[in-house]
Amino acid sequence: MSKRVGLEASHAAAEAARMADVDVIAAYPITPQTHIPERLAEMVADGELTAAYIPVESEHSALSTCVGAAAVGARTFTATAGPGLEYMHNVVYIASSMRLPVVMTVANRALSAPLSIWGDHSDVMAVRDTGWIQVFCQNSQEAFDMTLWAFRVGEDSRVLSPVMVHFDGFHLTHVTEPVILPEQEEVDRFLPRFHYPFALDPDKPMTHGAFGPPDIYSEAKIAQEVALRKSKAVLIQGFKEFGDILGRYYHPVEPYRAEGAKTLLLTMGSFSETAKIAIDARKDKGESVGLINLRLWRPFPFQELRQAVKGVSTLVVFDRCISFGGPGGPVCSEIRSALYNEKESPKVVSFIGGLGGRDMAVEDFEYVIDRGREIAEKGSNELYETVGIRGKVAGIRG
Amino acid sequence: MTGKRLKTGADFTWRDMEVGNIITEAGNAALRRTGDWRSQRPIIDREKCNKCGLCWLYCPDAAIKPVEDGCYETDLFYCKGCGICAKVCAREAIAMIEEEEK
Repeated sequence: MSKRVGLEASHAAAEAARMADVDVIAAYPITPQTHIPERLAEMVADGELTAAYIPVESEHSALSTCVGAAAVGARTFTATAGPGLEYMHNVVYIASSMRLPVVMTVANRALSAPLSIWGDHSDVMAVRDTGWIQVFCQNSQEAFDMTLWAFRVGEDSRVLSPVMVHFDGFHLTHVTEPVILPEQEEVDRFLPRFHYPFALDPDKPMTHGAFGPPDIYSEAKIAQEVALRKSKAVLIQGFKEFGDILGRYYHPVEPYRAEGAKTLLLTMGSFSETAKIAIDARKDKGESVGLINLRLWRPFPFQELRQAVKGVSTLVVFDRCISFGGPGGPVCSEIRSALYNEKESPKVVSFIGGLGGRDMAVEDFEYVIDRGREIAEKGSNELYETVGIRGKVAGIRG
Repeated sequence: MTGKRLKTGADFTWRDMEVGNIITEAGNAALRRTGDWRSQRPIIDREKCNKCGLCWLYCPDAAIKPVEDGCYETDLFYCKGCGICAKVCAREAIAMIEEEEK
């Protein structure tokens, strides 16, 4: 029997790591991720989890430790946030290029300056191109589910990739919600033991992390790129298996009340749940609106996105990050390029808000819907517009 | 980078890369001809050599090997021509000559 308990997303992710029976945890505490390694340290100290908990002096060391542990075939877990993720940036690339299935939860946090411990997606976008599989979570339940799923798909011999599980700092990490925890037997059925085919072994010597001179680096990078793109089929299969065993089904692109809607709002992470309330309110008034929750961020679900916006006239994309001097919200600019060569595609409108912990209320999303439709109808020279920011922002031209 | 590549050279494509660029064949650096980096090569004067073995001891590439009479010779497949052997030889029995010289 599964049980329903109150958990914040941080403790839900820690619980998932415990039920996955991780072998090695190496993490450095940073707000708002702190509760994750704190809870895991407690579990190890109390004997609830048999694992090596390795305290380290920095995030760079945390991920380096995980890389070493994964290379001997250990199931490996870490967690970080914002500046911590930036501090380990070099090793983020190393883990994916060496194809080591580390699972890392990221409590999404803004980047300084000014110093901010609060949530947005600047940290996600800074690691966009690092070659990790990346998913967003909307709530604590998903923080548990996605963490478990991350081990299943990352360790799959057809994938062998590190996985980042993103959930919003404070909005999720510090909010207690009901979470359904499965039985250990169900988890074991979903998640087999990790058998890394290239585990370092003194009896069978091999070299990990060799250098790549110009005559081999390009081939190495293309091989990595193809492997990440090909992993999508296994990721989707992993979602299906998760649903079949644990009862909740997830998808790379998740429409909400979107059928036949003329205007769609696209959001990621916990703000999708707030936006859904705005959609419900507008649906009740008979408006032709709906929502897309973007779950899978890397590899980017091009086909699924194109399918989800078929017949839609306006797509309003809400970003929690600025691409300074760039083409608009980072997610929006990827969506624009994904749809650019389509014969028929919606007008795509970019909004930026929710930076550094700035809240987005239901009314803010209703404003985004209204103003988005207006821009789509009348046109605009602005690359994007802002929401919830004091002072009119204008003159951001392409 | 991998054993496979050394065997197949230009035919080696990205499809031949091992997962994570891992080298599964231990010790395959031995297949790499580092001798083609060389611009100078050591010539050992067997008359001057007193078989002390300093050159063998100092060679960073294990490219100097003892021969039957106790003297030493260089393995030009690996010797990069660094000249350390010539520098450490107490008898000045090793000379570095330009690679082009016969």
